[in-house]
Amino acid sequence: MTDILMPALSPTMEEGTLTKWHIKAGDVVSAGQVIAEIETDKATMEVEAVDEGEVLEILVPEGAENVKVNTPIARLAGEDGAAAPAPKVEEAPKAEAKTEGAPADAPVKPKVELRDPEIPADAKLVKTTIRDALRDAMAEEMRRDEAVFLMGEEVAQYQGAYKVSRDLLQEFGDRRVVDTPITEHGFAGLGVGAAMAGLKPIVEFMTWNFGMQAIDHVINSAAKTLYMSGGQIRCPIVFRGPNGAAARVAAQHSQDYSAWYAQVPGLKVIAPYDAADAKGLLKAAIRDPNPVVFLEHEMMYGLEFDVPDVEDYVVPIGKAKVRREGTDVTITAHSRMVGFALQAAEKLAEEGVSVEVVDLRTLRPLDHETIVESVKKTNRLVSAEEGWGPMGVGAEVVARVIEHAFDYLDAPPLRVHQEDVPLPYAANLEALSLPGVDKIVAAVKKVMA
Amino acid sequence: MAKAAAQKNSPSTGEKIPNTPQASKEDLLRFYREMVLIRRFEERAGQLYGMGLIGGFCHLYIGQEAVAVGVQESVKQGYDKIITGYRDHGHMLAAGMDPKEVMAELTGRIGGSSKGKGGSMHMFDVPTGFYGGHGIVGAQVALGTGLAFAGKYRGDDSVSFVYFGDGASNQGQVYESFNMAQLWKLPAIYIIENNQYAMGTSIERSSSTTELYQRGASFGIPGEQVDGMDVLAVRDAAARAVARARAGEGPYILEVKTYRYRGHSMSDPAKYRTKEEVDEVKKTRDPIDHLKMLLAAAKATEDELKAIDNEVKAVVAEAVQFAQESPEPDPSELYTDVYVEA
Repeated sequence: MTDILMPALSPTMEEGTLTKWHIKAGDVVSAGQVIAEIETDKATMEVEAVDEGEVLEILVPEGAENVKVNTPIARLAGEDGAAAPAPKVEEAPKAEAKTEGAPADAPVKPKVELRDPEIPADAKLVKTTIRDALRDAMAEEMRRDEAVFLMGEEVAQYQGAYKVSRDLLQEFGDRRVVDTPITEHGFAGLGVGAAMAGLKPIVEFMTWNFGMQAIDHVINSAAKTLYMSGGQIRCPIVFRGPNGAAARVAAQHSQDYSAWYAQVPGLKVIAPYDAADAKGLLKAAIRDPNPVVFLEHEMMYGLEFDVPDVEDYVVPIGKAKVRREGTDVTITAHSRMVGFALQAAEKLAEEGVSVEVVDLRTLRPLDHETIVESVKKTNRLVSAEEGWGPMGVGAEVVARVIEHAFDYLDAPPLRVHQEDVPLPYAANLEALSLPGVDKIVAAVKKVMA
Repeated sequence: MAKAAAQKNSPSTGEKIPNTPQASKEDLLRFYREMVLIRRFEERAGQLYGMGLIGGFCHLYIGQEAVAVGVQESVKQGYDKIITGYRDHGHMLAAGMDPKEVMAELTGRIGGSSKGKGGSMHMFDVPTGFYGGHGIVGAQVALGTGLAFAGKYRGDDSVSFVYFGDGASNQGQVYESFNMAQLWKLPAIYIIENNQYAMGTSIERSSSTTELYQRGASFGIPGEQVDGMDVLAVRDAAARAVARARAGEGPYILEVKTYRYRGHSMSDPAKYRTKEEVDEVKKTRDPIDHLKMLLAAAKATEDELKAIDNEVKAVVAEAVQFAQESPEPDPSELYTDVYVEA
């Protein structure tokens, strides 16, 4: 007897809808037979049996939503009890204790809700995924400005590899939502040329890892042309896509480019944490007359956060946000690490440590005033980033704090970051390599000691 | 031995090319003025470089004048877009940019077209539709394809003239661009200025196939080879390509066979080719000499040419003077033009 488990369709899928059963109790299935259809917000897929046997029982009914990955969905009487579902699900015990930050990405409600000043106090808050917040931002800006268009791989007919561009083709047509060939260097350059000619392209990289093929155009063509032309040629373009480590996709598909792009004058670099910032900052990025690198996080697309239901929600570029107020230590973080920092703050609060969490939001220009003000209050600093440490975002944050608030520091600042290795595939090594809640907590304890 | 350069006629690639292109005397005189302007300008730029007034890289266009001048006849100034690589002075002058601003950019002065911040390889001029001036070999091909995309997006019939060399034609992004241009029927004219040498590497040593007009074949982009030392052949080939592009029929490749007289840049002693090879081209295929023959046939007088020579000399002298007298950029310019203030 073997259970068929809810399979994962992607490295980051956590749950899905069981849309259809093709079998019922009493049927005998054979290997390769389609037994069910499942769906997530990103994709629909057929589930095939990988072994034969009689179906003893359907455990999860057709139409069930939010079925967690690895939940038993049916039971087979296999000949040797070895039947398993396909796509194969990793069932090896994960080094749970070592999986930093688990439960990885539950949105953390900050203790002190600090609103951006531009949100009316009575604004209605709507639960929105980051994926939809980004989509809404693009749709609103495309309605507002005919010069804005989206191009990239699978953005139109496929509705986005991560479904960030869902429904945009239907609303705006294939003139403004453009499927490109797999040709990052070429279409990034084409986008920059279109921007020089006055259009406002949004260039989606399926991930920023693939965008490395186009880095010449991001830096040499987009970032530098205004300067090299003595101010004549503008390049109003947004390069966006998921950045950083996904899950179990190994080194070439798991890299944080924050520090790479944040070093380049001429670029603005944004890495939001929650859905409201994702929406408000993407709208600001699209309107900005400069080239903007917009770093999203694949692990966060499906997370829901409150987004203010206001007419035109635009968050200013270049402003950090104090996500949680505290008095003992400042943690700076951006993108997904903000969530880990907030979780670490919760844990530390139980031990009597009052943590202030500063969400950098924009990496270039970096709002060091907010960081410095925070450190002047707390006198201690821990920076957290997903990328490598050397020459990283944390290195810059620490340098600025030392420059501007050296006399306020009661302990040497510490940096939390990925281990200094390419990201490994093995689950336990991957968990060891990535920074998370535990490493942040340990660093805070060290600066408090 | 100028193997490729010795080719006199434009080898047709299927399309019928007129054997005896025609031009009025007025047109010929205009071409003469523009080509002589480029040559005299470049000669002076070379001198200023030798005097230390121009720094960095400086790639001269001498020998290739008929290409930019011939193509320019099809350009609707300020409506069409032009983009090229780093050997760009000739294209800028042909496009109609002010020689004073170009020369002052070479000397790194505030009066330069980029306020002295771009230099030889990075100049731009929106009123004449000149979009650079790009220093990364091949980058202008993707960018120029984007300029064409913008025209099509807006629904106008503007055309993007994308210049690159035989060296750049081996860059991967050129083919990424070809693919998208043909896929989306973009109005891009790809002008490959085949001057036979990618810096010091001859085309035979760098390219598995040397018939560059065929480089779009696998994408379905038609192309033809053109005698780049004959301004009328270039003019007519460009006109055919542009007519197609304006009609929405998509991109076209012109492989223009030409020759640069000087080294790759000022610091290149050009030891990869013989003096005899260069002299042979200068003697038998010089584009300005060729044009003078056409002018003689059109009954232009020595006096008419002399008047143009003198006028050009004055224009270049004025440019040189301006480029030396214009001040260096104020230190306050260091931090301007990094960002557009939103």
